[in-house]
Amino acid sequence: MQNELKWRGLELLKNGTIDRILGWRAGQFVYDITPDVFTDPEDLEKNFVYNEFCGANLSKYLIAESAKEGKVAVFLKPCDTYSFNQLCTEHRIHRENVYVIGIECYGKVSVDALRQRGIDGITGIRSEMGSLKIDTIYGEESVPAMEVYAERCRNCKSKKHVVFDELIGADGEVVDDCDRFDMVEKLEQMSAQERFEFWRGELSRCIRCNACRNVCPACSCEKCVFDNPKSGVLNKAAADSFEENMFHIIRAYHVAGRCTDCGECSRVCPEHIPLHLLNRKFIKDYNELYGDFVAGESVGQMSPVADFTTDRDAEPSVVQKGGDQ
Amino acid sequence: MQKIGVFVCWCGSNIAATVDVKAVAEAARKVPGVVFSADYQYMCSEAGQGLIKDAIKEHGLTGVVVCSCSPRMHEATFRKAVQAVGLNPYMLEVANIREQCSWVHKDMATATEKAIALMQAAVAKVTLNTPLTAGMTPVTKRALVIGGGIAGMQTALDIADAGYEVDIVEAKPTIGGKMAQLDKTFPTLDCSSCIVTPKMVEVGQHEKIHIYSYSEVTQIKGFVGNFNVTIKRKARYVDEAKCTGCGACTEKCPSRKAPNEFNMGLNNRTAVYIPFAQAVPKVATIDPEYCIKLTKGKCGACAKICEAGAINYEAKDEYIEVEYGAIVAATGFEMIDVSPYDEYAYTQSPDVVTSLEYERLMNAAGPTGGHLLRPSDGKEPKTIVFVQCVGSRESCSGGEMRGKPYCSKVCCMYTAKHAMLTKDHYPDTDIYVFYIDVRTPGKNFDEFYRRAVEQYGVHYIKGAVGKVTPEGGKLKVQASDLILNEQLHIDADMVVLAGAIEPNKSARPLATMLTASMDTNDFFTEAHPKLRPVESPTAGVFLSGMCQGPKDIPETVAQAGAAASKVIGLLAKDHLVGNPCVAHSDEWMCNGCSQCETVCPYGAITYEEKEFRMPDRTTKVRRVAQVNPAVCQGCGACTVTCPSGAMDLNGFSNAEIMAEVDALCR
Repeated sequence: MQNELKWRGLELLKNGTIDRILGWRAGQFVYDITPDVFTDPEDLEKNFVYNEFCGANLSKYLIAESAKEGKVAVFLKPCDTYSFNQLCTEHRIHRENVYVIGIECYGKVSVDALRQRGIDGITGIRSEMGSLKIDTIYGEESVPAMEVYAERCRNCKSKKHVVFDELIGADGEVVDDCDRFDMVEKLEQMSAQERFEFWRGELSRCIRCNACRNVCPACSCEKCVFDNPKSGVLNKAAADSFEENMFHIIRAYHVAGRCTDCGECSRVCPEHIPLHLLNRKFIKDYNELYGDFVAGESVGQMSPVADFTTDRDAEPSVVQKGGDQ
Repeated sequence: MQKIGVFVCWCGSNIAATVDVKAVAEAARKVPGVVFSADYQYMCSEAGQGLIKDAIKEHGLTGVVVCSCSPRMHEATFRKAVQAVGLNPYMLEVANIREQCSWVHKDMATATEKAIALMQAAVAKVTLNTPLTAGMTPVTKRALVIGGGIAGMQTALDIADAGYEVDIVEAKPTIGGKMAQLDKTFPTLDCSSCIVTPKMVEVGQHEKIHIYSYSEVTQIKGFVGNFNVTIKRKARYVDEAKCTGCGACTEKCPSRKAPNEFNMGLNNRTAVYIPFAQAVPKVATIDPEYCIKLTKGKCGACAKICEAGAINYEAKDEYIEVEYGAIVAATGFEMIDVSPYDEYAYTQSPDVVTSLEYERLMNAAGPTGGHLLRPSDGKEPKTIVFVQCVGSRESCSGGEMRGKPYCSKVCCMYTAKHAMLTKDHYPDTDIYVFYIDVRTPGKNFDEFYRRAVEQYGVHYIKGAVGKVTPEGGKLKVQASDLILNEQLHIDADMVVLAGAIEPNKSARPLATMLTASMDTNDFFTEAHPKLRPVESPTAGVFLSGMCQGPKDIPETVAQAGAAASKVIGLLAKDHLVGNPCVAHSDEWMCNGCSQCETVCPYGAITYEEKEFRMPDRTTKVRRVAQVNPAVCQGCGACTVTCPSGAMDLNGFSNAEIMAEVDALCR
């Protein structure tokens, strides 16, 4: 797959279809991969990498890249295409400057899941018939792929590319029977106190590194409220640790209706906080209150709460008081 | 630093009995920024306003908080007062310590604590307030009346007589509405069409009134003084300008199976039709569902006979856009579908009819030429049972409600009328009226009803009809007499159901287009139930007739005139002072995501590409939101939708609201 992508990229660069290509650059370690823009074919040939660790969603980088002169190609996995469409809907990506290469994807590996199984010193990875062969400095290991995939891949919502200019590999289907809301349901069934304890337990680990915000394709404000002195919350000393936790709740509200559930927030969290659950709660609520809605499914579709329409009854049919307090 | 004055109103004992107003004034003096506070019996009085004015002058106040009733009551009063002494009117805030405090609490300590919190919130807000100046918008001097029944006609006539252009949009091929279908009117028993048709003619001939019959409103944009309305002119396949209304086509038309709406479907009409003799405009309309030419492609009889050449089978729906300054909803009513009331056998026997059908059976222009004949066999009925409140005054205790909770108001009176008219023409008829209560408030109403009972010998029975069974050409009516506490069995020839009145089905989508509010029964709500009964809470939208609630003809006409006077008051102005509390976007923060544009109900937001000079001296072109302040109504939908916080509302800025919340949570 890596070579296929690389050769196609080189071809496009050389024949002048594109000026730049957004992909993944190899790092010091095989799992240490950085999204980057390649303009030099030689650089691309030497440093481009695509493997089971290339989880990063490249859509967000297009906000800056597509605003520049010339055309940029980008490799997008099925789930990334939803983010791409959502950003197009929000007029953040100059579509005419982008050449989308959709790539087939079965799932991406969480390096933490490997480490939890005691696999360390990783030097290579390849997939073979549903299992992963991992080269380490201690020898080769084999693990069932499903067990070490990231949570978002185990509960993959769609293998279908909602947008592409060309496709490498096959296009899949939307996964109708995915279990991504199971944990949300469990949380809903908890008492308010239990839920509060759960989230306190998770969110208290937050070190406010801002990685979740910085990676999130929906968090693309010109000026983030948390960076804005006028907002009144910038560098504000927290009165208690709960106030600090509010960061994530505010962020979830900000991306509600625009979050495509790409799962990047949880992927990058150094404290392994399941941040995607906050977003999924909103997605589930939207589905239940307004009918099924998938952000980024197509360009131009507005979230049910960000759309003024006279066609349907504007008021949700269900109004529930939160919690059982 | 602001210098704020706080003025606490007693409102007689309305506030002072539950809130320690002195303590509130005392507490105000301790709030940072407050330099003066006072309490007074009636702040809204001349003397109270004087107190505020003097304090502004004496202490150089830059902001004023009045703790009193709801701002809906006296905000305008106090704004004018502060403006009179040179303070910007938007530097005033009202803390509602009456409706939201003293009226809802009993305990003085609690109420006082809450009043202090509300005062503190208002002070926190006014501290951040900035002077605002309202813009002016011109007024389009043309009114739109939606619905051409008696309500719409009267409103249109009154507005037109004042010299303003009025358009009536009527869904049916003719104006006249339900009143044109009625036989006689209570309590005078004068002929309904004799009094409504001259009105129709007057409307039709008025040089200031234009009728769009067979038309519908499909889109409304804009705001008070400047509405832009799209009207769909349904294809009637007859050129209105050419048709002379001679009726030759209706005689020639071979398709004669279309139910006649004017006679409540009791007889049939031709596919090309003029609803009734006095229709205005007197123009034929082709019913595309029944026209042989339009359905099968062959026929053309009407086109051949028409000397004016008015028939056009190729006609299409047309859409026109017109500008209006004011809109009046006069969409009227319908009778509910009584068929779900299976116990009355409406669907089982043609002799069970609704009151409106009975009205047509009595009418000289009706299907029987005014001779009361029962629909099944064309014989004169000898025993008639009237059932009141079919679907009216229902309660939802004990399961699902089939009908309406309200009283339809006109049924008691028209049933007395039906009973008397029937007795007049056929004195040997036995008439029973089953009722819950007989409601006859109104001039000469009770006398009218008593005449039915005392003079005409109509049997009024307090009780309910349990079941109607068609059997052997009769209607077996099983009923209970609640006063005598006995079961009754009546062999009736006809049963007449006084079905509940409900708003016309077109009202709900219209309300959405108008952003006007409705109650749960789909009646339009008034801006104030007592003091602004003909205005909708949406500026520039007025209410006339049954669309606001059940009422009889004189009430409808009175309300129609009242709505017209409100419209005239609006159109008489050359300019409207706008609302300065409009949204604006911080272009440096705007992402250009378009969410505000899509949530804006008024179409006030557009996007522009702008060049930004960045800190590193490069130029960046960005797509940013622009608000048209003349169109913005200050609803604030954009400010809460904006993910980046770029949108803000003058007078209700995010910072001001947060300051209020912070003050309340302190």
